[in-house]
Amino acid sequence: MPERELRVIKENCTGCGVCEEVCPYNAIGVINGIAVVKDNCVFCGICVESCAFEALELYEEKPEERMVPEGYSGVMTYAEVLNGELSRVSLEILSIARELAKKLNTNVTTLLIGHNIEKHAKALINHGADKVIVVDHSELNRFIDEKYAKIFVTAIEQFKPEVVIGSATAVGRALFPRVAALLKTGLTADCTEFDIEKETRLLLQTRPAFGGNIMATIKTEFTRPQMATVRPRVFKPLTPEERDGEIIKLEYEPYKESFVKQVIDVLITEGETLNLEDADIIVSGGRGVGSKENFKVIFDLAKELNAAVGASRAAVDAGWIPYAHQVGQTGKTVSPKIYIACGISGAIQHQVGMRSSDFIIAINKDPEAPIFDIADLGIVGDLFEVIPVLIKEIKKKKGE
Amino acid sequence: MNIIVCIKQVPDTQDVKMDPERGTLIREGVKSIVNPFDLYALEEGIRIKERTGKGTVVALTMGPPQAEEALKEAIAMGVDRGILITDKAFAGADTLATSYTLAKAIEKIGLPWVIVCGRQAIDGDTAQVGPELAAWLDVPQITYVSKILEIDEKKIKAERLTDYGYDVVEATVPCVITVNKEINEPRLPSLRGMMKAKRFKPEIWDSSSMNVDGRYIGLEGSPTRVIKIFAPPQKSGGEKHEGTPEELAKIIVKKFEKLKII
Amino acid sequence: MIDYFLTEEEEMIKELARKIAEEKIKAKRAYYDETQEFPWDIVKIMAESDLFRIFIPEEYGGFGGGVMSLTLAIEELSRGCAGIALAYAGTALGTFPILLFGNEEQKKKYLPRIAEGELAAFALTEAQAGSDAGNIRTRAEKRGDYYVLNGTKQFITNGGEAGIYTVIALTNPEKGARGASAFIVEKGTPGLRFGKKENKLGIRASATREVIFQDCKIPKENLLGKEGMGFIIAMKTFDYSRPGVAAQALGIAQAALEEATKYAKERVQFGVPIANFQAIQHMLADMVIKLEAARALTYHVARNIDKGNTKITKESAMVKCLASDVAMEVTLNAVQIFGGYGYMKEYPVEKLMRDAKITQIYEGTNQIMRNIIASQLLKEVK
Repeated sequence: MPERELRVIKENCTGCGVCEEVCPYNAIGVINGIAVVKDNCVFCGICVESCAFEALELYEEKPEERMVPEGYSGVMTYAEVLNGELSRVSLEILSIARELAKKLNTNVTTLLIGHNIEKHAKALINHGADKVIVVDHSELNRFIDEKYAKIFVTAIEQFKPEVVIGSATAVGRALFPRVAALLKTGLTADCTEFDIEKETRLLLQTRPAFGGNIMATIKTEFTRPQMATVRPRVFKPLTPEERDGEIIKLEYEPYKESFVKQVIDVLITEGETLNLEDADIIVSGGRGVGSKENFKVIFDLAKELNAAVGASRAAVDAGWIPYAHQVGQTGKTVSPKIYIACGISGAIQHQVGMRSSDFIIAINKDPEAPIFDIADLGIVGDLFEVIPVLIKEIKKKKGE
Repeated sequence: MNIIVCIKQVPDTQDVKMDPERGTLIREGVKSIVNPFDLYALEEGIRIKERTGKGTVVALTMGPPQAEEALKEAIAMGVDRGILITDKAFAGADTLATSYTLAKAIEKIGLPWVIVCGRQAIDGDTAQVGPELAAWLDVPQITYVSKILEIDEKKIKAERLTDYGYDVVEATVPCVITVNKEINEPRLPSLRGMMKAKRFKPEIWDSSSMNVDGRYIGLEGSPTRVIKIFAPPQKSGGEKHEGTPEELAKIIVKKFEKLKII
Repeated sequence: MIDYFLTEEEEMIKELARKIAEEKIKAKRAYYDETQEFPWDIVKIMAESDLFRIFIPEEYGGFGGGVMSLTLAIEELSRGCAGIALAYAGTALGTFPILLFGNEEQKKKYLPRIAEGELAAFALTEAQAGSDAGNIRTRAEKRGDYYVLNGTKQFITNGGEAGIYTVIALTNPEKGARGASAFIVEKGTPGLRFGKKENKLGIRASATREVIFQDCKIPKENLLGKEGMGFIIAMKTFDYSRPGVAAQALGIAQAALEEATKYAKERVQFGVPIANFQAIQHMLADMVIKLEAARALTYHVARNIDKGNTKITKESAMVKCLASDVAMEVTLNAVQIFGGYGYMKEYPVEKLMRDAKITQIYEGTNQIMRNIIASQLLKEVK
């Protein structure tokens, strides 16, 4: 097995202690003026990056030459149909797939699983797919992780794509890891950026970690396909145009597994919580709102703007609004056109869930609130005074 | 009838801050905590035992020796058994190698009644280990569970969160479920639990005590590799205004008009 | 940093109580302070965490911890919210008569219930009998196998919420204070009802009500000790419970000190944090000096009680008096350090100031405390 070690280059180490400060795992410390690595080091490399004296290096014994599996080419995407509708994110990922396929000099194939879904193939082709693999069967009308995963594996083994991209939606997050493990290949979740390494044709996958405090770029060198998921609204769909494409029907033979799994019921939530992640405008309330009753002012503004309602963790924990509205590291990640943060201080855990919004407006009494660091438009004021007047002004404009 | 809860010790990302000048992480006495979602998993595991009157709750964790602290917290909450899988050979594992190693440990325990995981770990934020574990073990999975409706020796029926609401899903056991924060409110440790935790010694398993294939563990078993770490693009603040509510409202409306939303 | 040399078990109790305060009480305290709603959800958490077992002996389902453990728990909970902590501390107060004077049957019947988290209350005060506790009028007439209680108790903590009440009533009115006895009365007993919840300046999450007895019939087995022992039981109870009031005051003062110190470092005036100004520094210094001194004395007296020292009436009164006066001073100064913001309800210090006041008043006003202390001192010094 290859040896990996975090090495301290003693001649360069000044014992400054920065490595000890930045290590999130408390795995390195300065003892007697020199850095010492403890045995819980996970080789994340953050200390190496932060050492000003180049006194740290991540050493790796060269593994025996590992073979890159042969015969894999092409970019495959996964399309999601929810309650009969083709999801918008399925079209978004086609745009990045096309870009990658261009750099790899190859094609884009989309996998479409479900029931009565063939009608969506044309839209997929018009948005960039060269081929659409359709697997249509009545047994597949609801998302069943295990069946879909088996079909996905079959499709990949048959078509051997080098890259497979899906969306980090509820379905994607359940399906992609299962498929990756069945294929014993690498998966990188929640990517925000992709690129192709010219010499190696490898997919460079960039994503946030540590609650968004750092960005990491990841490679999957020795297994295929290289799988990745992407958050909704990170990429924009291409403008559809009439394109030629191939529709390939893959037979699904119902089979018996050693276990049984079925979807018994589907509950669609009406109203405000619907697709926070898909909303164009979100009005969010935080600790400054103060109570459940006071949230009415947030809902009222959202109604005027036809917006969804979000909340910070503080508001959810205090019981003022259900968890389904929570935006942030342990809630939902959103990327609307406009995000209006009301009474939200803007701790990093919340920022991570919304800072990729196109335009951020913050309303807060405290001029020092961290939210103003990322707000495009900062309003220092009492939300209970500003919002009612704002609603009146909006109504006036609409009435004109 | 084992209820296995997989937990992970993580750095408290709330304490991990960015130094904007150096572009590096500042850890102000960052403590290690049990991954918050895993607390919900532990709570649900204990509740399954309480509501059915059956089952032994086993907390399982893979990590360095200090991960024993996480197991102690689990014991203080009320789990019956705690197992630590630790070995230098496991270090550097990505989610695939981690889920493989956990799967091997579970095989050694024996396929249980149900496996409960937290939705995601707050350092990696991948939410991959749960479903990958289910794949290795060839058992069904229900992800993002917000409520268990029924559970018995044969099957489990649960609500899972979807992008449009909820599905009600039923699966035979054994089964892997990953849980959301909606599912419950984790209990605080009791004094009896804390006393038990003080005396507790975990069962410790390394690579030799489990039937592992060296190709799938640790660094070698990790197809993904981090090649670069950098600071996220800093979004800088734009204009900031103070004034009367009327003035402020007018500024906002002007911006709305400019952005073409009214 | 000062080490209080806590045992492992005491550390655990302190850690757990702090966890509850940080994770469960902090987020909700403003709500309960505003609405005066009773914090049943937090009482449930305290019960499930075994906090009520701390002051119950092992043979009745508890941990057999002592006054020191109780003090640590109350202090940490009060640092979160004194009003919410009072549901717990008030229960301890109501339990002491049973712990100290109950017979085996009474202990077996009531202590396990309290260990599980059933609330208790102590009822002595009446409209015309505050500091002049001897002036109570509630009567307990012996009628065959029962006592019949008539009268009204006032300002009873946990009144209406508690399931178990320890009540001081006159069995022999002619004898005055020496004719008082102590009883256990359960909620739901016919003839027992409660007045409206008082609207208070502070500790608003605590329920304070009149407890009204109208021909309330209780079995004679519910008499604690012997007839005539009422005031002895009450005074002994206070010896044990006054460190708890001190603990409450310490928790409030600690919270105020922390808030004020943090604020002084953040608030910039004249180009620098106000923590740079000597005026503020001296205020903070005086605050911490007095707080640590009060804490040291309180812990020491608590340990004395646990070691079996029963002659601590003077010392119990001293810690109650000292800690509460310190808490009042510390919280007033904390508001001062916050300046205008300290006066606003959005900031936590005005609540601390309001909460601190009662600690100088209940379980014996600090004026009565000084009477007791002087009286004991005069007896001791020959």
